[in-house]
Amino acid sequence: MAKKPQLAIDTRPWRDPANNKPFVRIRNVTKKFGDVAAVNDVSLDIYRSELFCLLGGSGSGKSTLLRMLAGFETPTSGTIEIDGQDMTDVAPYNRPVNMMFQSYALFPHMTVEQNVAYGLKRDHLPRAEIAARVSELLTLVKLQDYGKRKPHQLSGGQRQRVALARALAKRPKLLLLDEPLGALDKKLREETQFELVKIQEQLGVTFIVVTHDQEEAMTLATRIGVMNQGEIAMIGEPADIYEFPNSRFVAGFIGSVNMVEGIVTEDEPDHIRIRSGELGCDIYVGHGVDCAPDQLLWWAIRPEKMHLSRERPEVGHDANVTSGVVEEIAYLGDISVYQIALDSGKRIRVSQTNASRGNPDAITWEERVFVTWGDSSGSVLTS
Amino acid sequence: MTTAHDPTIPPPRRLKPWNVFERRLARMGITGRMLVLAAPVLWLLVFFLVPLAVVFGISLATKQFGRPPYSALLSTEEGTVQLTLHLSNYIRLFTDNLYVAAYFSSIRIALISTIITLLIGYPMAYAIARVPDRWRNILLMLVILPFWTSFLLRVYALTGFMRGNGVINQFLGLFGIPPLVMMQTDFAVYVGIVYTYLPFMILPLYTNLVKLDGSLLEASADLGARPLRTFLTITLPLSLPGIVAGSMLVFIPAIGEFVIPSLLGGPETLMIGRVLWDEFFTSTNWPRAAAVAIAMLVVVVVPIMLLQRAQNAVVEK
Repeated sequence: MAKKPQLAIDTRPWRDPANNKPFVRIRNVTKKFGDVAAVNDVSLDIYRSELFCLLGGSGSGKSTLLRMLAGFETPTSGTIEIDGQDMTDVAPYNRPVNMMFQSYALFPHMTVEQNVAYGLKRDHLPRAEIAARVSELLTLVKLQDYGKRKPHQLSGGQRQRVALARALAKRPKLLLLDEPLGALDKKLREETQFELVKIQEQLGVTFIVVTHDQEEAMTLATRIGVMNQGEIAMIGEPADIYEFPNSRFVAGFIGSVNMVEGIVTEDEPDHIRIRSGELGCDIYVGHGVDCAPDQLLWWAIRPEKMHLSRERPEVGHDANVTSGVVEEIAYLGDISVYQIALDSGKRIRVSQTNASRGNPDAITWEERVFVTWGDSSGSVLTS
Repeated sequence: MTTAHDPTIPPPRRLKPWNVFERRLARMGITGRMLVLAAPVLWLLVFFLVPLAVVFGISLATKQFGRPPYSALLSTEEGTVQLTLHLSNYIRLFTDNLYVAAYFSSIRIALISTIITLLIGYPMAYAIARVPDRWRNILLMLVILPFWTSFLLRVYALTGFMRGNGVINQFLGLFGIPPLVMMQTDFAVYVGIVYTYLPFMILPLYTNLVKLDGSLLEASADLGARPLRTFLTITLPLSLPGIVAGSMLVFIPAIGEFVIPSLLGGPETLMIGRVLWDEFFTSTNWPRAAAVAIAMLVVVVVPIMLLQRAQNAVVEK
């Protein structure tokens, strides 16, 4: 895989696991419901003050994993450690963990203040301190004037913030958020995403967020764990997950991608060459890959990493250029997505930035075009 | 026979017979909604309000021999219509200790029975609401099953359990315990009422508890509340409407209960239902019996209204 510069290592403890102790340590955790393994042998380290996103489709086991962290489910096997303490068999009410529920689970018969104070009362804090903490939290989530309302008198976004305030009230070491923005409409969701990150950075609490929305995960997370069928498919920073996926599943799950099959024809330490019948050309990859000659593998490239032109461009190595006919154009404003039918019949998507307004010379339907890409624009996938 | 149709003009709508009927009614200001509402209103009018008015009328008459066994309210004498109302029956209710004592005793027995029913019914309803789906319907069936046999038969069966040489005493006899006197006591009445009305407590509680959002209980545990605390602060307040509904369904019929105290209670078990029966059939004093019934209605309606208000305060959404 390509090398990347190692920056600001001190704020990214996961890049140096030898010298940093993980805050949450999930080791070989399996959870079976009957014969079905909802979570299958998951091991995961999460560091202090991280905002970790568990990303996956429905039934990927991400919620079950979160519920095991909260203590609502016990692992069938494996251990969960939080801050060095084994939490596997600790009851939910004894864990230094709080959860923000997907449906918010606000107590309908209590006011906003009573909801936020609920956890503090369970700790038998003095009344004055509870009142002070509640008003501090309501200020944090900008609901200071709503303390006396009942949940049903609030809008969806306000309820979401009450749920967040309630979950933060006990100053947990670890906050679990189950689809925290799932019930909000798109515009509100985008605003709230940044607010959530701001609050997380301000308080320094470790967040673990479960979401099915990849955009949300990319916006929020320091790192993302992609889950598929109860297993972790990949763990990495958002850019790693997007630019350097480790499998066809991850490449296809995050963003849109063109994927082709090919056979290794040259396997050198500094480059490999892949012959792809589907693509109708050779792929020259400008870095070494752990593979063997004649191996069947997959090559994935994002639509924005390819370039369209009417004239055949100059390329080296007699590779990385193919041609096809424009079949469809989707104008999205900032970009246009072109669907190109290659000579093999394979269809690929290429997106181009609409840098100038109403360009009369833009590539249009039914035109024959050439598609090119850089030596290291695509990802070689062996699984 | 083909005529060119202007496509912009829709063909005339054929009126069905009921459309004609509907239009005619609408012209008189009668809508379908009113017709639908008319059925229950008529039902209540004919079978509830009119009989109630008749009973109220009788309660203002006096006892007399003959048929009917009460004086007429309206009489025509020498061409004038005369309305005679007697309040003596109501005055008697307040002055005769028997009636006051019977009312208080009825309320006491009904109240204690309701509390016992609640204490037994709540855990049962809670359990039914929490078991896996496939068990739930079976358990609900078992709750309703006693209704398939006659109420009278079940109360008689209880005497078989509680009488001097009944099942319980025979069982106790095996251990050399002398027989307990259970029949003809207030205890037997409580057993009878609690046994009979338990389903009326369980069913409304169940429908309430089954709707309880499990994530609220998880949220409570997550915030540090142990199970008992969660029950007291979350489950119990949220199930208050169910408790109120179930309690009303037990308390109200229990006040007027006649069969259970007559069959299981002793002579000292004083309940208003029995007094009513005695007035009707032993003393044949219909006006007095009617007054007792009207007074009982008032006694029941007041707690209903109070409970209803409490329920509205809780449900208020």
